[in-house]
Amino acid sequence: MRTLYDKIWDAHMVRQEEGKPALLYIDLHLIHEVTSPQAFEGLRINGRKLRRPDLTFATVDHAIPTIGRNLPFNDPIAWKQVETLRENCRDFGVRLYDMDRKEQGIVHVFGPEQGLTQPGFTVVCGDSHTSTHGAFGALAFGIGTSEVEHVFATQTLPQTKAKNLLIDVKGDLSFGVTAKDLILAIINKIGTSGGTGCVIEYAGDAIKNLSMEGRMTVCNMTIEGGARAGLIAPDETTFEYLKGRTFAPKGDDWERAVEYWRTLPTDDGAAFDRTVEIDAASLAPFVTWGTSPEMSAMITDRVPDAPPPGRDANSFAKALEYMGLEPSQPIEQISIDRAFIGSCTNSRIEDLREAARIAKGHKVAGNVNAMVVPGSMQIKEQAEAEGLAEIFTDAGFEWRDAGCSMCLAMNEDILSEGERCASTSNRNFEGRQGRGGRTHLVSPSMAAAAAIAGHFVDVRNWEFRS
Amino acid sequence: MRPFDRHTGKAVAIDLANIDTDQIIPKQFLKRIERTGYGQFLFNDWRFNADGSAREDFPLNDPAYKNASILIAGANFGCGSSREHAPWSILDHGFRAVIAPSFADIFHNNSLKNGLLPITLPEDAVARLTAASKQPNGLEISIDLEEQSVRGENFDERFEINEFAKYSLLNGLDDIGLTLKNAADIERFEQDSVPSYRFAAF
Repeated sequence: MRTLYDKIWDAHMVRQEEGKPALLYIDLHLIHEVTSPQAFEGLRINGRKLRRPDLTFATVDHAIPTIGRNLPFNDPIAWKQVETLRENCRDFGVRLYDMDRKEQGIVHVFGPEQGLTQPGFTVVCGDSHTSTHGAFGALAFGIGTSEVEHVFATQTLPQTKAKNLLIDVKGDLSFGVTAKDLILAIINKIGTSGGTGCVIEYAGDAIKNLSMEGRMTVCNMTIEGGARAGLIAPDETTFEYLKGRTFAPKGDDWERAVEYWRTLPTDDGAAFDRTVEIDAASLAPFVTWGTSPEMSAMITDRVPDAPPPGRDANSFAKALEYMGLEPSQPIEQISIDRAFIGSCTNSRIEDLREAARIAKGHKVAGNVNAMVVPGSMQIKEQAEAEGLAEIFTDAGFEWRDAGCSMCLAMNEDILSEGERCASTSNRNFEGRQGRGGRTHLVSPSMAAAAAIAGHFVDVRNWEFRS
Repeated sequence: MRPFDRHTGKAVAIDLANIDTDQIIPKQFLKRIERTGYGQFLFNDWRFNADGSAREDFPLNDPAYKNASILIAGANFGCGSSREHAPWSILDHGFRAVIAPSFADIFHNNSLKNGLLPITLPEDAVARLTAASKQPNGLEISIDLEEQSVRGENFDERFEINEFAKYSLLNGLDDIGLTLKNAADIERFEQDSVPSYRFAAF
């Protein structure tokens, strides 16, 4: 009896020698402009080939502008990095979905959207949020640039097997509580190193009932819980999402693929090294108050007045000081200056629908600057066709082009010193969204509601307008 | 990769848990296409004010720790992004080892690939080293990878490390070169097994 992780692991074993890491085959390698140039350079220096350009796909996302895609960029160093990717993809025969393509988008939005990510795959990318792809029942994890080079040259990676951690989410999420709130609650419970050395499988009714978009949000932030990969068993929801996408299996292959994918879920009675249970019904919308994703509270709650048990006291004090918050301050009384709806965590069509439902008929507060950055140009087009873009612009949100944008603020979308932001992204680290910037992680509906109210509010009491 | 066998040097401590890679090397420095020259940007926002002047309260700016080559930190060091620029910047600044109660997986891996030794010691041992490093005379530490030891004044601890990682570090081995020796196995896997991508319309 094996877990989903065990099965994928076994199916990709190229070589296993006593006392050495196993050599694992990689089915899909996604690359982008920031973590690939030094790896390509390594190939050139050593006169090595890229073994499987046909299993390697590139897009640009991290440092590109989300407004006025007039070339070249204002930032010459970022421009050079993108030009370098173009040159490398030409030289090594890699398909690049560049800024002139409607498929272009954040690498973890682009892959699933094009049907590249499929159940049972091993997926790697030089980006820690590669865990996103685990939503399809693929073993997907972020790697460093040396490993990117290793995959280029060999289409394999030496890996040591991780432990199996089951997160069993019992019951159902209540109205207004989303996949984002669920994963923030999980990280709050296990801590940012709770999953270190593990691959997490998410299971239970609340997970089964999530859409693929919601599952991607959960798996995306697995890395914030310390685990490199998170998995969800593929099911009808997965197959439904994949069918007909560009790179998904076609014709007879589709039938055979589905048949194979049905064999992947964890066998009944398979053993996990550890199990954590979460009661979905007990959760309310979450807001982070600190500088680590584990520092969060429910909207009905307050900023803590002491570090939670087992958490570092120095980091707690430093976080409150950096965030400019008082102990015991009610979360609802925290005012914001900016709102950011986007990132590989929450920029998919369902996220935008959720935020638009809140925004409809309302106006962004006078002192708040709010922006919506779709995860891909395809999502942008779809949102425009569905009338979501109009709802946002009518309400006073800026409507941008696809990219990572203010999730990591490598481009011009950046917080100023002291600015406070309701953000649907994944990291509230010091300076993440700009030096001195203060990030509060929330769901898309909570970010939209905060933009309109000017402070955090409980979306469960929202006045919906038509 | 630069081999690691033994190293003796001065230690400096940053006494915080969950030091993330955004602190180690902020994103504005990730646009470069080189592998070298990142040391000047290490801990940029903690080391320097916005106007570029040094922040005196940050340990790395304290003259007492000038030329320190061993970094001591709190648990879950290197969490966050997979940027290999993090170990590149630590190494380029002159560090050869980081000692902490625990490390984030990707950072740990990236360090080993670059000859930066991540040493995991129990929380109380790290606390003792941290305290000793803050004494007026500072703390000199000797690390011996072969015998997996960390020694200082009144301090002698052993640490665990994966056997293969140790072997690679001691010999400065290039992973890719090692794997390519087994290229026949990879070919066999692609031809004889049934790869998971076999149905995909790539």
